[in-house]
Amino acid sequence: MAAGARPARAGADGRRVRTAAAAMAAMAVESAEDGAARTLPSLGRLSRGLPFGRAYGRLGNSPSGRLILPAPLSQESGDPQRTALLLRKAWTLYSVTPLYRFCRGRLRDYARLLGAFIAAERQKGLAVEVGVELDIKVALSSLPELLGSEQDQPAVLVQLSSRSQASSKNSEDKILWSGCFCCVYGDDLSENMPEDFTCLPLFLANGAESYMSVVGNWFQKTFDCIFRRLAISPFSLTWMVAMWTGCKVDKATSAVELVFSVPRLPQPLDISYAIHPEDAKALWDTIQKTPGEITQEEVDVFMDCLYSHFHRHFKIHLSATKLVKVSTAIASAHCDGIVKVLHSQYLSGVLMLLTELAISQIQ
Amino acid sequence: MNQIRSSRTSKRPLEVDHKSQTDLSAWRKRERTDPEKSSQNHQSLGGQKNDINQKNDVSGKNDSQEVSLEKALSYFEKVQGRVSLRNNSALQKHLAAVESIALQQGLPPEAFEILLNVVLSGKFADTVNTRLLKSLIPASVIPENSVVTAVSWLCTNKSSGSIQLLFLRWLITVFDFIDNKEQVNALYGFFFSFLQDEKLCPYICHVLYLLTRKENVKPFRVRRLLDLQAKMGMQPHLQALLSLYKLFCPELVTITLPTKTKTYFKSSEGPWKAAMNAVRQRNQGGTPLTQAVFLGTAQPQSRKRKWNTQLVLPASSASNSEVGTEKYCDLFSTDETFPVEQLQTFPQLLQNIHHLEFPSQMGSVLTNPLLLHYMNCVRDESIYLRLYYWMGQMLQEECTWCVVDNTNETEFKSFLETIYKAECFLQEGFPACEEFLCKSLPLWDGSCCRPEILKLVSWIPLSSSPEIKSYVYGPLAQLFFTSSLYFKCSVLESLKELLENWLNCSVNDMDPEFHSLNTTLSGLVNMVTDLIHFVGRLSTVGLRLEKNSTLLLFFILDFYETVCDMYLKYNLPLLILPPAGVFYPALLSMDSVTLNQLCYIMYRYRTNLVAAKENEESKKKILQFKFSNETYKEYNQYITAMVGCLWTSTVFQKDTHPQGLRMDEELLNKTLVKDFKTSFNIVYHPAMLGYSVNFLKEICPEDTTLNFKLIKGKRWDWYLEYLYSQGLEGLKVFIESSINRVSQASRREAENVEA
Repeated sequence: MAAGARPARAGADGRRVRTAAAAMAAMAVESAEDGAARTLPSLGRLSRGLPFGRAYGRLGNSPSGRLILPAPLSQESGDPQRTALLLRKAWTLYSVTPLYRFCRGRLRDYARLLGAFIAAERQKGLAVEVGVELDIKVALSSLPELLGSEQDQPAVLVQLSSRSQASSKNSEDKILWSGCFCCVYGDDLSENMPEDFTCLPLFLANGAESYMSVVGNWFQKTFDCIFRRLAISPFSLTWMVAMWTGCKVDKATSAVELVFSVPRLPQPLDISYAIHPEDAKALWDTIQKTPGEITQEEVDVFMDCLYSHFHRHFKIHLSATKLVKVSTAIASAHCDGIVKVLHSQYLSGVLMLLTELAISQIQ
Repeated sequence: MNQIRSSRTSKRPLEVDHKSQTDLSAWRKRERTDPEKSSQNHQSLGGQKNDINQKNDVSGKNDSQEVSLEKALSYFEKVQGRVSLRNNSALQKHLAAVESIALQQGLPPEAFEILLNVVLSGKFADTVNTRLLKSLIPASVIPENSVVTAVSWLCTNKSSGSIQLLFLRWLITVFDFIDNKEQVNALYGFFFSFLQDEKLCPYICHVLYLLTRKENVKPFRVRRLLDLQAKMGMQPHLQALLSLYKLFCPELVTITLPTKTKTYFKSSEGPWKAAMNAVRQRNQGGTPLTQAVFLGTAQPQSRKRKWNTQLVLPASSASNSEVGTEKYCDLFSTDETFPVEQLQTFPQLLQNIHHLEFPSQMGSVLTNPLLLHYMNCVRDESIYLRLYYWMGQMLQEECTWCVVDNTNETEFKSFLETIYKAECFLQEGFPACEEFLCKSLPLWDGSCCRPEILKLVSWIPLSSSPEIKSYVYGPLAQLFFTSSLYFKCSVLESLKELLENWLNCSVNDMDPEFHSLNTTLSGLVNMVTDLIHFVGRLSTVGLRLEKNSTLLLFFILDFYETVCDMYLKYNLPLLILPPAGVFYPALLSMDSVTLNQLCYIMYRYRTNLVAAKENEESKKKILQFKFSNETYKEYNQYITAMVGCLWTSTVFQKDTHPQGLRMDEELLNKTLVKDFKTSFNIVYHPAMLGYSVNFLKEICPEDTTLNFKLIKGKRWDWYLEYLYSQGLEGLKVFIESSINRVSQASRREAENVEA
């Protein structure tokens, strides 16, 4: 549904984002502290807004205003190589409804069936044998490093690679397409979910759309789920830029950049607004009061400051335009639902925020 | 190798579009081989003759319609020797009968053997055979035996080449309708021997492609195919067969085949495909999609869809369950589950209900009445959850006024219609649909998909939270006030249905067996009260806006016909009277239909209130709720006004309602109306004036002055009888119940109710 489709719920939405934001900030705090001590970020005292999520089937708000205590970010303990493949790639975002009868022990079978399905699709109606060597190799694997709370299911990675014709033993297959189901602090969805369902509400895809459609189709048919593109509203983008600006990175990196598009013009007109990362962080630090907690007001003030600064120089009201893209040293996000994460330390935090957005699209 | 299983059919779920083999034949259209041409010439020839015949038959057309299929079949069964069509009226008649019935309803299974026998035995000229072959459109299935017989005739070579070719094309098109394929497969060798016929070869290859199982692949057949290929060159149909052989037995086919595959078999839907779809649709009546979806014969979507949204899903067995489902193994289903694709009749459902599994995608149940039946029997949370997610996402993705670039309104409409039908079938609303309404009604323009949306409103579940007020009532009221009279009427109609659905559902829910978790009686009463008050407000304002339109009043009073009977009919301890803004316009309506409707409603209110009073007095059970005295008081005020207006001509004196008709005598005198006192009763009421004039004309035709005062005493009684005979049933029950014919007694009656 379009971003404007739930005007009455914008407030609730905002609160949700806030929780993710808080966690994000908390991570920043953590990273500032001694990494070896691995102290828990003190999220316990954060006020968690009423979740937007409802028990399915009811419009009533299920009052579960409990606090979330996240486990230590497991990405640090796991193999960084595995999650590294998620970094520095442009991922297209999808939301996925809970998978029905998805069995983690059968990833190998699934890979075989999916491989045959892809081959069948490519051969248009000709019979295909399951399990033989096909020119596209499919691999499904768990990424246990990528999860947040105890209720989260570990991420599942799907990779399509082309078998090199010359030497089949060559392990260096070229990755054609990859996708990743994940769920980082998706408790709003996974709470009270019957056993038959697996909640992995966020799906990231990288590669040709044609592969996405085949793979998505197979998952939809096999696990009775639905994929939908996940767009990011300008409202969410302002949260992202505020949160990511406040994150501390070791080395001086790229500028904080916001791209606006001016609506209702005969020719498209984009305005790019780049700010030195340290300036942006200094501004944010003066606005943000409580460490580990971000409020809607703070985000609004932050954006207003940027807008008024821009107006002073160029006499353009950016608030009348549409924010389409933000990029920082942590990550960049486009309103079409394309995200690139640059910093491994904040991977979980970004995914947590995206998980929340995906869940709000599902429920 | 086990997973290959013997047949190609087991692979079919892997194909993306679930293209059945009949669809495969869709690629053969562009083939331009000689046999095709000649057969088409034949066909067109036959077609022309056909036309001529039909022209000749114009007079005898009624005749041919009357010939039943049974008669026609028995004619074809018994016919002997070579018969020519010309000058044979019996043949013409029966042939026309078969053709018209086949095109309209399709042919029953038993017809195929008879007709195939006739066609392939060469008794008739090719024009007749062609016409018969073209009419072989299955209504349900084609018995395997008939195909076996046909193939044996094929071997005798009694029919001409073009008929043989047309038969093969028919076989390819209807392959999926053959009820069993074991024996047909046993004829594999016969089919294979036909490969040498150059004209038939491409079609034989296609048939073989459909038939081949692993055990059919033999070294000598591979050699034969390779020989043929060497002789005829790389033909796509031979390649197809070879690649299938290679797939089954890679060790037997060592040649390399081009991996880049193009279409092997060219489209040849023949004359049957369109007719089969038409028959299917007609036989399905209201649900044209179902069968087509079952058999995979549904037409592909015209618009190129986004890959992830398919509004109509085919019902296919959960492929997921095939391999190693130990974890999900049901205690009862030790034997294999019944594939949903094969579920086509109600008896089948009953026989297999214990080992039936829902399709892999729950969305497909919507278009499948049998699975909806099954869904009704199985109360499993996961079913509803799967459906909930699927439907919620589909509605959001396809909603034409929420998604900017989505313009396919007809498709969305039919989707909404499908959901509505399923809701009616299940007699319950889908939560996903309710959420969709709550999200999208505030953005709705009130015209896009109007009938469908309003129908869905009537199935909002009773258990919805109070949010329904702001998300549904608010937007609906805004649209109601600003839209046309017809929109107002349809909103009221759907709200009436909503109320009835809630009341029906409450009857079930209060049944302890179905006790649902969160519908307490007080919650229910509150929901219903809110709805009725909401409609009361809409009605009051609507009547003002539409200047007391009779049409609108009809829909409003229709709503209150349900409201006035809630206590007795639905056992709900709640009665709410219509607001004065509805009651008085109805009472003073110029239309006797409205007045009659109002009388009936007030009579039912009375019956309900009296019953409640009696119950209360008997005190047999402790009553959780009882009607407040306000209700009785309000009713009495209304009834006083009505009696004054229709009977005692005292409405201006006695109407005590704050918004009532009571007026001071001075004011009335100022109107300069003579006899204002008597200006409202069943004789003078504007809605009744037509009746009283007609009545006067009947009793004293000579009097042209229309002296209404003549209607009194005995004539008053006659007048009443006259009114009752005119169909004013509501007025009758009202007068008989609420008015005691002796005026004093009537007062006593009113007091009775008051007490």
